[in-house]
Amino acid sequence: MARMTMIEAVRDAMDVSMGQDPSVVVFGEDVGYFGGVFRATQGLQEKYGRDRCFDAPISESGIVGAAIGMAANGLRPCVEIQFADYMYPAYDQITQEAARIRYRSNGDFTCPITIRMPTGGGIFGGQTHSQSPEALFTHVSGLKVVIPSNPYDAKGLLISAIEDPDPVIFMEPKRLYNGPFDGHHDRPVTPWSKHDAGEVPAGRYAIPLGKAAKVREGSGLTLLTYGTMVHVALAAAAETGVDAEILDLRTLLPLDLDAIVESVNKTGRCVILHEATLTSGFGGELAALVAQHCFYRLEAPIRRVAGWDTPYPHAQEWAYFPGPARVGQAMLETMEG
Amino acid sequence: MSELHRSSLSLHVPEPEVRPGGSPDFSNVVIPRAGEAPRPEPDARAEDIRKLAFTIIRVLNREGEAVGPWAGSLTDEQLKAGLRHMLLLRAFDSRMVIAQRQGKTSFYIQNLGEEAIACAFRKALGPGDMNFPTYRQAGLLIAGDYPLVTMMNQIYSNAGDPLKGRQLPIMYSTRENGFFTISGNLATQYPQAVGWAMASAIKKDDKIAAAWIGDGSTAESDFHAGLVFASTYKAPVILNVVNNQWAISTFQGVARGGAGTFAARGLGFGIPSLRVDGNDYLAVHAVASWAVERARRNLGPTLIEHVTYRAGAHSTSDDPSAYRPKGESDAWPLGDPVIRLKNHLIAKGLWSEERHVQLAAETMDEVMSAQKEAESLGTLHSGDRPSSRDMFEGVYAEMPPHLRRQRQEAGV
Repeated sequence: MARMTMIEAVRDAMDVSMGQDPSVVVFGEDVGYFGGVFRATQGLQEKYGRDRCFDAPISESGIVGAAIGMAANGLRPCVEIQFADYMYPAYDQITQEAARIRYRSNGDFTCPITIRMPTGGGIFGGQTHSQSPEALFTHVSGLKVVIPSNPYDAKGLLISAIEDPDPVIFMEPKRLYNGPFDGHHDRPVTPWSKHDAGEVPAGRYAIPLGKAAKVREGSGLTLLTYGTMVHVALAAAAETGVDAEILDLRTLLPLDLDAIVESVNKTGRCVILHEATLTSGFGGELAALVAQHCFYRLEAPIRRVAGWDTPYPHAQEWAYFPGPARVGQAMLETMEG
Repeated sequence: MSELHRSSLSLHVPEPEVRPGGSPDFSNVVIPRAGEAPRPEPDARAEDIRKLAFTIIRVLNREGEAVGPWAGSLTDEQLKAGLRHMLLLRAFDSRMVIAQRQGKTSFYIQNLGEEAIACAFRKALGPGDMNFPTYRQAGLLIAGDYPLVTMMNQIYSNAGDPLKGRQLPIMYSTRENGFFTISGNLATQYPQAVGWAMASAIKKDDKIAAAWIGDGSTAESDFHAGLVFASTYKAPVILNVVNNQWAISTFQGVARGGAGTFAARGLGFGIPSLRVDGNDYLAVHAVASWAVERARRNLGPTLIEHVTYRAGAHSTSDDPSAYRPKGESDAWPLGDPVIRLKNHLIAKGLWSEERHVQLAAETMDEVMSAQKEAESLGTLHSGDRPSSRDMFEGVYAEMPPHLRRQRQEAGV
């Protein structure tokens, strides 16, 4: 089996999808000839032609709006928003249009589109290349929100997203593109070629949306997270010795509540971790669900570890990023009571 | 010395010529003579037909004659059908405004004074073409012979509402009739129409799309996004701007700014842009047909500014007497589209005042009989309605667990 980076896995998913279904088209800023600023679409234009993989004007609203129209006319667009931070001009099209086409037309029209966007920080991107706006999408009925944490999942989930009959926001943690970053920014990067999850089968396989993955079995506490933070959580567990059960949620909407409840009911303790800012973040939703469904099994307060409620800073990136030290401390506190 | 040139600045806020209490004045609206504007070949380049973005293409003259190079796109029978569609729409509007006042629905938007635009445009399109309308293009449905009773069922959110009560009245959707689901927010449909047209080209299909927007909403960024995508990919799309002078209470000058016309916006994108008399059924049809030919021949997009006047209120929630002078509608120099087509048919010896009165009565009967049928299924506050269970359906193709739980919680 081939080992791939996450970028290669994402590209392979689009390649497989375009190969098996002529209605799949890919476009976005710089994605055509050049193959995308992160190279996710490299070679697709050459392979499938300019009318199936092409550059778009710098207009996120236009990109998503056009994709909605294409979907209404039988295509399955998979578009790239160059950075999640650039999605705001398209927010109206995503939330009031794509998400509601099926509902408001009672299925007369549908919107099978996938909107890919690199998310998260850790690359010194400053405040407009580092954001994690997933909660702005999970709050919208009609959307699905997916955030993979490794190449294997990225390919299988992206194929599912493209084949899905409804709009999917596919957020790719850009810090994971080349390797499983555990938050230790001062250490050499581990490439995906040295990680099991870098093994990606050729051809089509799909990972169902709405299913979490247990990435570490444990009995001490449950740690709920997704994306880059999956690897940070694994590092924190190893470094603190806390026997954490770590769930990689993979899909935030719809959420795998059963897996969460089963795990927290088993461990009785819960830490929630995300890179996005704390207040009104997706962790708040998770905490509410855990409190509601596992209240009588909880032996400690639910703790959230998240980005501080500031814009994502540039020079202070590592003070902002919820790295293994902060996560480890929250785990230890949660074990104490 | 530079200090001498530094006087204090002042902000320019445009104002309409006249406000309530004043006399309507359209003397600043230049109305060219009918038949004057040339008709270029459909493969003309935008820069070679610039003047058409600043004039008004008109076919019907004051005597009701069809004159000039844009005349002759319709047969006598088509003209009579056009008059019938406009009268039907006018009757529909009048009954639905009353129904709203009677509390049978929450909201209505009428098309009064703008009937020619959507009714004539619809007849220039073919089967399978797709409109991305705003809330004031019901004429597309009427001229497409969409059932009146289905429209009313939607307006009443009753048991026959094809949209299951989920949408505000008049936000119709019918793929079969080439009418994309109206959202109710503004301008979003513009890039969508362009995308639909791009898909047609990608699929090597022969269908085209039409985008619709009002003068006020051209200020939205999505209007410009639509134009740039249409221009870049030469999409087979017709970009309609209905300039009815008023965006609720805001006169068109606030969105138009310093540009001469809304059609002029298209020129910067290299899109052939034409201004047409929106109250002239023949002119609208001729210009629409020209644009349709361009799109079908893969020559790319066309922008059409339909110059008209919103004779009624913005919606049933609006009272225009608060912001525009009384009688302004009567003073509108392009007249009434129904009367103008009627006069044309009379001038051609195809019609009479008596037959017109008779047709108006017939169309009203048709509307009232559809209304009776729709009301037998219920209105917003009476009779059978879509169930609360329906509220949870159709958010996704397959209902996810959290919605299933919420539906159980709601007990429906």
